[in-house]
Amino acid sequence: MSEAQTQAGADYGSQFRGQVSDEILITVKDLKMHFPITEGIIVPRKVADVKAVDGVDFYIRKGETLGLVGESGCGKTTTGRCILRLETPTAGEILYDGKDICQLNNKDLIDVRKKIQVIFQDPYSSLNPRMKIGEIIGEPLKVHGIIPDEAKRRERIGYLLGRCGLHPDFADRYPHEMSGGQRQRVGIARALAMEPEFIICDEAVSALDVSIQAQVINLLEELRDEFKLTYLFISHDLSVVRHICHRVAVMYLGHMVELADCDELFDHPLHPYSQALLAAVPIPDPDLEKTRAHTIIKGEIPSPINPPSGCVFHPRCPLAVDSCSQNIPDFREVRPGHWVACTEV
Amino acid sequence: MVTVSEIQTEAQFEEVAPKKPWSQVALELCRKQPLGVFGLAIVFVMIIAAILAELVSPNDPLQEHFDAMLAAPSAEYLLGTDEFGRDILTRLIYGSRTALLVGFVCAIVGATGGLVLGVASAYFGGLFDLILQRILDVFMAFPLIILALAVVATLGPGIENVMIAIILPFVPQCARVVRSNALAIREIPYVDAARALGFSDARIILRHMVPNVMAPYLIMLTTFLGQAILLEASLSFLGLGVQDPTPAWGLMLSNASEFFEGAPWVAVYPGVAISLSVFGFNLFGDSVRDVLDPKMRSR
Repeated sequence: MSEAQTQAGADYGSQFRGQVSDEILITVKDLKMHFPITEGIIVPRKVADVKAVDGVDFYIRKGETLGLVGESGCGKTTTGRCILRLETPTAGEILYDGKDICQLNNKDLIDVRKKIQVIFQDPYSSLNPRMKIGEIIGEPLKVHGIIPDEAKRRERIGYLLGRCGLHPDFADRYPHEMSGGQRQRVGIARALAMEPEFIICDEAVSALDVSIQAQVINLLEELRDEFKLTYLFISHDLSVVRHICHRVAVMYLGHMVELADCDELFDHPLHPYSQALLAAVPIPDPDLEKTRAHTIIKGEIPSPINPPSGCVFHPRCPLAVDSCSQNIPDFREVRPGHWVACTEV
Repeated sequence: MVTVSEIQTEAQFEEVAPKKPWSQVALELCRKQPLGVFGLAIVFVMIIAAILAELVSPNDPLQEHFDAMLAAPSAEYLLGTDEFGRDILTRLIYGSRTALLVGFVCAIVGATGGLVLGVASAYFGGLFDLILQRILDVFMAFPLIILALAVVATLGPGIENVMIAIILPFVPQCARVVRSNALAIREIPYVDAARALGFSDARIILRHMVPNVMAPYLIMLTTFLGQAILLEASLSFLGLGVQDPTPAWGLMLSNASEFFEGAPWVAVYPGVAISLSVFGFNLFGDSVRDVLDPKMRSR
């Protein structure tokens, strides 16, 4: 991303949620993650690719929360996993502090991993059932020699638990002795233990009750302000995204379709897919719900193994013209800070 | 906005139920797994006999009584004597040492070897997994006893070689079962979390994956105990295992083959000892599986 674009984006931030600096923390350039489908037992050969992520560009500034939304299977989680280097991307660059994460060797990768952490969707499977809470949170502190002293480490674990709204005595419990909300707080405490700069929240509140969701979201917001954290907030829950995010990116079938400031995107979505996605959010008022205009897109989401030519959305798009099936639309800036991958808007 | 203090009151800390005393746990186990407890009792008697062989056996296992060759069971020789006039009960008691040594060493080494290979194979995947699994396939293609025979035939008889011969076919069996479990565990987010925290492969395998495949590992281990005793007896019976005069059940059975028509006790009692011990270990193993398998837990 160029300087001018950054500047434009910063200017557009009408309402600030926490401190956002102009400095870019992470840049993702033309990220592609293709999973090969192989056949043959003795000599596997590639027969096709699942194009889970197929050319994604975005950047996140320090202190900012970028929401990544889209329906199931659109590649939002895979994007997060690539940034964590849990998957090695097929192509593209992920620049973190100027270093390309994709090119790092194992030794340098550990330094980056200390700065990037993750909170998972399912609080039941993200904690090792055979380890006590204190061990789960304390393990990275011990392994990386951050706090080698046993007593001091315990103190730190107690502090982290307390900061995440849990009693320090939880350190001696096993995950199965806790509720889902409590476990998710442990997941947050574990992510915080390494004092990261950047946290990927992969559907971090989707598995929780609505009342617990609100508490965890508020906790995430408090922690963001207190520890100067930057979030990539992956979610399919648009109301949650609207609440917590500064900017929102919409993905469809491995592609970025729209990226804009949160309010701008929710109030004036430009891409027909974003419009349909937002229209699908129910309004908690039956009268209003009855009268409002519904944009319903036809058809099913195509297979990422064999995506449509040109613009991947064209078979379902209400605005599609002939050229859409041939030309891949540029991800262009139509208004300051508002990016759309569509030729017709 | 909810503040932290409010959250804290929500996430109340309540006491965990105190742990039950041992006696109560034991009683509950007796009620739920009576066969398993019975099996454990047989195993326990065997272990005591093996440890206290010098104290509990009525005779010297190697002492030959030429005045009482092939003597029928009597007050002096409770289970009779063999062709050299050696007391069968004493030899059975000492023979449990051989059986238990082979059983435990082979089961533990075989299952643990399989555990490490299975988890590593699942964790690393790819070419490593492919090649390792094909090698294990080769070992699994041989019938257990044929593979053991081939090993003993190559290395020569003797208790160490018998143990190697028994361990070799155990490793791929356990590796296969553990691998399939580890493959599922590898996809669970806590393994991803461990990778994201920058832990080494060795730490992820040993601290995060191995403890979570303990259930299939222990099930394989207890199954192997009985199998190993049976295999050792078979190899000894074929003259490839423990050599005379060391007391071993399979060997006693083998030597008895010439005399059992006139003196059935020389064959019956070692046979009973082998069956009973394998029976005990298998009952115990079944119960371990029932207790550890969450799908069976509700019964």
